[in-house]
Amino acid sequence: MSDFILEMKNITKEFPGVKALDNVNFNVERGEIHCLIGENGSGKSTLMKVLSGFFPHGNYKGNILFEGKEQKFKTIYDSEKTGIVTIYQELALSPELSIYENIFLGHEIKSGAFIDWNKTISESGKVLKKLGYTMDTSKKIKDLGVGIQQIIEIAKALSKNVKLLILDEPTSALNESDSENLLNIIKELKNHGVTSILISHKLKEVLSVADTITVLRDGEAVKTLKNDNVSEKEIIKYMVGREIEDIYPKRSSENIGEKIFEIKNWSAYDRQIGKQVVKSAQFNIKKGEIVGIAGLIGAGRTELALSMFGNPKNYLLKGELFFNGNSKKFKTTTEAINAGMAYVSEDRKGNGLILDFDIKTNITIANIMKITKGIFINENEEIIVSENYRESLRIKSHSIEQKAVNLSGGNQQKVSLAKWLFVKPKLLILDEPTRGIDVGAKFEIYTLMNRLVEEGLSIIMISSELPEILGMSDRIYVMSGGKISGELTGKEATQEKIMTMAVDY
Amino acid sequence: MFNELKTILKKNIREYGMYIALAFIMLIFTILTDGLFLSARNISNLFNQMGYIAVLAVGMTLVIVIRHIDLSVGFGSGFIGAIAAILMMRFNFPIIPTILIVFIIGIAIGLMNGFFISYIGIPAFVATLAGMMIFRGALLVSTEGTGTIIILNDKFNGIGNGYIPDIFKNENIHITTLLIGFVIILLYIFSEIRSRKNKMKYQFDVLSVKIFTLKMLLISVIIGYVFWTLASYNGMSWTFLIVLIVAFIYHIIATKTPLGRHIYAVGGNPEAAKLSGISINKITLFVFGSMGLLTALSGILYTSRFQSATPTAGTLFELDAIAAAYVGGVSASGGVGKVTNSIVGALVMASLINGMNLIGVGISYQYIIRGAVLVAAVVFDIKTRNKAS
Repeated sequence: MSDFILEMKNITKEFPGVKALDNVNFNVERGEIHCLIGENGSGKSTLMKVLSGFFPHGNYKGNILFEGKEQKFKTIYDSEKTGIVTIYQELALSPELSIYENIFLGHEIKSGAFIDWNKTISESGKVLKKLGYTMDTSKKIKDLGVGIQQIIEIAKALSKNVKLLILDEPTSALNESDSENLLNIIKELKNHGVTSILISHKLKEVLSVADTITVLRDGEAVKTLKNDNVSEKEIIKYMVGREIEDIYPKRSSENIGEKIFEIKNWSAYDRQIGKQVVKSAQFNIKKGEIVGIAGLIGAGRTELALSMFGNPKNYLLKGELFFNGNSKKFKTTTEAINAGMAYVSEDRKGNGLILDFDIKTNITIANIMKITKGIFINENEEIIVSENYRESLRIKSHSIEQKAVNLSGGNQQKVSLAKWLFVKPKLLILDEPTRGIDVGAKFEIYTLMNRLVEEGLSIIMISSELPEILGMSDRIYVMSGGKISGELTGKEATQEKIMTMAVDY
Repeated sequence: MFNELKTILKKNIREYGMYIALAFIMLIFTILTDGLFLSARNISNLFNQMGYIAVLAVGMTLVIVIRHIDLSVGFGSGFIGAIAAILMMRFNFPIIPTILIVFIIGIAIGLMNGFFISYIGIPAFVATLAGMMIFRGALLVSTEGTGTIIILNDKFNGIGNGYIPDIFKNENIHITTLLIGFVIILLYIFSEIRSRKNKMKYQFDVLSVKIFTLKMLLISVIIGYVFWTLASYNGMSWTFLIVLIVAFIYHIIATKTPLGRHIYAVGGNPEAAKLSGISINKITLFVFGSMGLLTALSGILYTSRFQSATPTAGTLFELDAIAAAYVGGVSASGGVGKVTNSIVGALVMASLINGMNLIGVGISYQYIIRGAVLVAAVVFDIKTRNKAS
């Protein structure tokens, strides 16, 4: 008999029209790291929300046993009292408060009616020390990097006497070295007797830390397996229910033409934070080429893209920019769009889509004049255009009048892509095009990218996933500290070479 | 059929809720006043009373949609009304140039607000609060010495009190009004049928023929009743016509043009709008400019209705307009809100005031009841919105 700290039995959760969880059984042994994986929409987050009391008892069917006792959580507060703490993908820290205030936010150490600040400060120092960190805890959260913020979240969980820690995609916003650091900390916690459930899309990371892996597909737990000699391929097979031979599809023809875009001595200074974000960069791309931009978080890749794309952040720019051989100065995004550029944001919800709009209005918003006759929008034309994109990109939705907020991550990304394809660009900048989306949708996006370059489009792909950069790029630029620290052809590039350039300041 | 009706009601409860509330309020007042509330004279009065708030509510809807607020419109309209009075009475300007001049002043004021808010980056609350104080002072200055400025211009006063002429000169019923009502019903039916056909072409969900006919019949009867009532009194008033035209133009801009789409995009997600090549500054400028124009129109309607410019004209108009917009279902978080619903919101609030006046509720209780209705409307809106998503 195994010693289960958590047993979830026959959990079924329905939303109007969909069964998000179908009779799921999920058991976690005491002291293990249990990875929960599955495509987007497979029910991972829903299962964890059932566990944490986000969906109160009675809202789902089935039983939850924690340390052998039946639990009926009504709120997240209930589950945290029992020792189950969730760290969400979007960090829940208050940026203007200090580290120690954040660590004890919601469960302050009091003496009498007032907060005991001295004890709070010393306790927060102790908790961080347990994780191997010594730092000035009076610093504000907003002055810390994302990697450290993630550590603070874990410290916060530890301060609540956590027994079972749930981490939802903790490394999705982290760079390679921060991710590794975080994974080491999770392993370290195991030695302190904390059980962890880790939700992740990154299979490599799952295989490196997991003791047990459970795969969810379409709301069902399809497989639970011990992590010994499991291959990535095997997991992918369970995730998608079929085998994907090569996740990076081959292009049928390579048809690279003339240089269409170039920047020389390009610098950008961010007035708001008072920092040089791009430093004398040289960069070019040819017709029909996919150029990857690799680098660590904060290397200035998104900043570079935005500075070229009409400079919406109002950086102070220096240098020259050539489009189709002509020197250009784009003062607004509109000018860049009209010249033939498009930028698909890394942050779909933040600045990519208008979530309250439906699919069709999102698709046409950047090029609404194209379907406008006189002063009126031609609604028929709008429907035809969006239906076409819905079919060709296989956007899963019940109609083009569905709001973007109700779509899964992969489908939101496709809507975002459709919106920018509709401006008929010559140069498409994709910023982290597959972040947070599942294997199946990734494959579709890669296939689409190939089709587009075959049709003569040029694509700049910014990505933090090295396999993706290696698998898709004809040429690779590596950025580090605002500079372009190296250039490699797709053939000569390896993960090691890129990483060496990425950490080269 | 009954089941379909039920699911439609459930699905669109948010949309229809306000209409049901309006019908309920009207029913109660009709009973309490032995039918006086629905009398031709009172209905005609009701529309004239709400005119100057309704046009403000239209502009305010767009302002709130782009996540701002305009507190300056109340005293702004009072001040602009006073300017109109001064131009006509002291400088003997004819009516048309007067109206054109105050429109230009209104737009200039709005653009100035918009400039401070967008290009300079002052929060709308602060910028327009300053405007509110300034216009209050300016209104006092312009009515200084004379106090209330009486307007002796029948044409101007006709805007707020007069009725459109009847080309058929019938003694008993205003035939022009009936004709306009008839044309509106025809246009309504025509556009509904066209949009339904269109939807069917793309295999979208549409109402069944029975329900569809029922809906068209119901709305036609309501429009018909309103116009019949107006026609059997003095006919359609100029105020009513102006509100109709403003509502129609803004509805078209909001739903059918790229400009409208851009306004809602900026409200829905400013960052995304900016990256899509939409200039947030220009949209803000436009929305406040339009608010300024409507402020001037509201000033004209109010001044002409009372045939004078007073030192207190425009007091609290801004809050009435904001209340009407919220009753009409705009969302403070931006991007959501219909111009036409705000007009109905204004009608709900005006019906309350009118009805309570008829049955003799004291002014103090009137404020309390109006406040309660505002809260109830917003609570209902939030509750039904969560259900929909």
